[in-house]
Amino acid sequence: MHIVDRRLNPRGKSLENRQRFLRRAKSAVQQAVKRSLQNRSIRDVLDGGEISLPIDGVAEPNLRRREGGISDQVLPGNRAFVEGDIIPRPPGRNGGRPKDAGEGDGEDAFRFVLTREEFLDVFLDDLELPDLAKRRLSETEETSPSRAGFSVSGSPANIAVARTTRLAMMRRIALKRPRTDEIEALQKRLDDCENEEERLALAEELLLLKEKGKRIPYIDPLDVRYRRFENEPKPVAKAVMFCLMDVSGSMSEHMKDLAKRFYLLLYLFLSQRYKKVEIVFIRHTDKAEEVDEETFFYGPATGGTLVSSALEAMRRIVAARFDPAEWNIYAAQASDGDNSYSDGTRTEQLLRHEILPLCQYFAYIEVDEESGISTSSRSPLWMLYDGLRQAALPLSMRKVCRKNEIFPVFHDLFQKRGSEKVAT
Amino acid sequence: MTVATAKGVKHGLLFEGADWDFQTLQNIHDACQDIGIGELGLDVYPNQIEVITSEQMLDAYSSTGMPLFYRHWSFGKHFAHHEAFYRGGYRDLAYEIVINSSPCISYLMEENTATMQTLVIAHAAFGHNHFFKNNYLFKLWTDAEGILDYLGFAKGYISQCEEKYGEIAVERTLDAAHALMSHGVHRHAGKVKLNLREEQKREQERRLHEEQMFDDLWRTVPAGKAASASDADFERRRAALGLPQDNLLYFLEKSAPRLAPWQREILRIVRHVAQYFHPQRQTKVMNEGTATYVHYRIMNRLHERGQLSDGNYLEFLKSHANVVFQPTYDDPRFSGFNPYALGFAMMQDIERIVTQPTAEDLAWFPDIAGRGDAMTVLRGIWADYRDESFIAQFLSPHLIRQLRLFHLFDDPEQEEGILVSAIHDERGYRRIRRQLAREYDIGWTDPSIEVVDVDLAGDRRLLVHHRVTNGWQLEEKDTRHVLQQLADLWGYDVLLQEIDGEDDVLTEYHAYPRGKLTAA
Repeated sequence: MHIVDRRLNPRGKSLENRQRFLRRAKSAVQQAVKRSLQNRSIRDVLDGGEISLPIDGVAEPNLRRREGGISDQVLPGNRAFVEGDIIPRPPGRNGGRPKDAGEGDGEDAFRFVLTREEFLDVFLDDLELPDLAKRRLSETEETSPSRAGFSVSGSPANIAVARTTRLAMMRRIALKRPRTDEIEALQKRLDDCENEEERLALAEELLLLKEKGKRIPYIDPLDVRYRRFENEPKPVAKAVMFCLMDVSGSMSEHMKDLAKRFYLLLYLFLSQRYKKVEIVFIRHTDKAEEVDEETFFYGPATGGTLVSSALEAMRRIVAARFDPAEWNIYAAQASDGDNSYSDGTRTEQLLRHEILPLCQYFAYIEVDEESGISTSSRSPLWMLYDGLRQAALPLSMRKVCRKNEIFPVFHDLFQKRGSEKVAT
Repeated sequence: MTVATAKGVKHGLLFEGADWDFQTLQNIHDACQDIGIGELGLDVYPNQIEVITSEQMLDAYSSTGMPLFYRHWSFGKHFAHHEAFYRGGYRDLAYEIVINSSPCISYLMEENTATMQTLVIAHAAFGHNHFFKNNYLFKLWTDAEGILDYLGFAKGYISQCEEKYGEIAVERTLDAAHALMSHGVHRHAGKVKLNLREEQKREQERRLHEEQMFDDLWRTVPAGKAASASDADFERRRAALGLPQDNLLYFLEKSAPRLAPWQREILRIVRHVAQYFHPQRQTKVMNEGTATYVHYRIMNRLHERGQLSDGNYLEFLKSHANVVFQPTYDDPRFSGFNPYALGFAMMQDIERIVTQPTAEDLAWFPDIAGRGDAMTVLRGIWADYRDESFIAQFLSPHLIRQLRLFHLFDDPEQEEGILVSAIHDERGYRRIRRQLAREYDIGWTDPSIEVVDVDLAGDRRLLVHHRVTNGWQLEEKDTRHVLQQLADLWGYDVLLQEIDGEDDVLTEYHAYPRGKLTAA
């Protein structure tokens, strides 16, 4: 008898099959992920979790019988029946069979758990930051190994066999190492030789050759070469995303929730997809402040509304920390569209002459009550931005009223566009 | 630890508490072997016991229990399905999985307590193992020595195909083959015993032969005009195709005109796998009954010999009772017969008949009643029967009364309701026994599908019949899917007719090939 401990075997034996399955069910999984987004809080959903798929795309059909025939069945546990009894069928079932074993065990919808990575992969599929144009060599971090000739030391996995044997052959030829067939030929001559004197000479020569063969190895450690790799720095696009959120008193809880959901998506998308993206959180009432993500998403605040304060803060931060020549600058603004009347001109000036020329892309989403209409708006900010948009500046805007619109809008704003111009 | 007494060797406890290590497993195995081989006279393949984690158990679940298997998305689906249930806490994992191979591999979960490991070793490594090695169906249809190597070959071959012909093409072929898998077995014994090692060699030889015979020149030879087939020719070719044929995969492998050689080989692999599991489908009750009976005997003996403490014995009895629990028909937990319960009850009943027969038993089972040696009789039964014949032969009136079995006859045409046509009385025993046996006859429960004709002279349409018994027609949606797969493999149109007892056609399904599968 053998006992084998398999517990330490590499894990994830089924990973390959799982990936194939997910690939197969891709469109269904995407649908399910988007559906699950509406019903649960974002934090929960983004931890992966259970989704259910319609069985259709991943069904494994086989030839089986449907209900409706004459059934004969033996069952255990008779208490009161005697032969010849007629049992009325349970109402609502025309087939009238007793509870049947093993059929239809939850195959209508197929439930399973996606890991966080799988979930995000599906979730963020085909999204990107538009117009990521300014590429600079970063300091040190991003490198990729590239071939850089051969070296005399290295890991066995990198041994360069062809080069090694070539060097060995060169050395053997240079040092005149006797070949095996030479020795064999000599041996043969020795065996065939009649003359005693000649035999002696031959034997001596053979001995010499054999010794020489031993002294000069077939492959010497000197011959061994390894493939060498050097890490080359890779050009990396540096990008910064400014998240500007209105938290003034006019924003209702519902609107704030919408805005926060939007930023959570954005945050997740950036942190997952781009290693070198800085995110700056700015929230504003009638004055703006830069905050950390915790405060941004969960800290309470209220007050009046001055949009220009946030744009001013953004301009200041760009000037201080993000040189527009090196950084791709993005901004996403969420607001209910209210602004104090006096601030309109200032906001427009800032956007038109300071902010938008710096930006690769500026996304504005307007949030409204659940009863609102998401196709049009007459808010001061919307009118203002709509005016700016005519001037072919890199500005996109959408309006959101309900939770289930968040993802489509987000997707719309950041989907891959190919070479098409960003401005809408 | 052991002390010699007048009665023989007095054994010490195998373990105390719930903890175990590999030495404990070894001791447990040796003790079980001592009883299983020495006292019960079992005959087993050498054992290999593998300790695995719950994740690995899920792995094994999803690839039909085999330690290695080719890759296919459906296994990923099953894994995800089982995992969701397991992680959600809706379902426990099995304590063990055992593989019909030589050496016989049993998987033990690391979470099991020492008592559970003992139970599992007795159950799987001796009970199932003996059954695999001795039952005639397994002897006839499976090749325990060759299966693991063959699966290794299959896995390698299929991944080679994926490299050569693309994952998509291979996946489509496998999808189609899987859909027909339930109708890819020979139900009647052929002339030669299956030898899976030979299979690998034959595949290689076939390929080598093709390579040697390949001559590009033939490509340039103009094809002659197709000869028009006469009726006699048609009959002859129909015979050559071996029609009617109920093994659809076999038929396609041998006769489908447009399949590439590698596709035929894949069909062959799927067919061999299906055939390998065929005996297991026909012996669920016997197999589990045997294993449960064996573990029950071994555990009791271990306890009697003082190798199992009272506490651990109680733990065993609790899980044993769970395993052989049979809810009655009106219990919400009822989902058909529990093969463990039915099998174990029948084995115990046979033991009773052999050792303490009543007058009734003597009348019903003159061959075995009162023979005295239960194990000899049981070993003989385990070797020579399958579920259907086993129940038809050995379900005793005593057990029918004990389980209070009754027979329901439900004809949808009958407005009033369902007829109770037999109960556990003198008039009902034989009918109940016959009916229950029939429920375990897969020839009766599986739809009977046959390829009956190919229009060789015309458009090569394949004609398939389903013999409808008792009004059981095929599930429509699935049937269309499967037929589509069949048409894709066949490469031409397929017509499925459902035929009742009077040869009237009830339903017809048509399918046309989608044309991509056989493009190679």
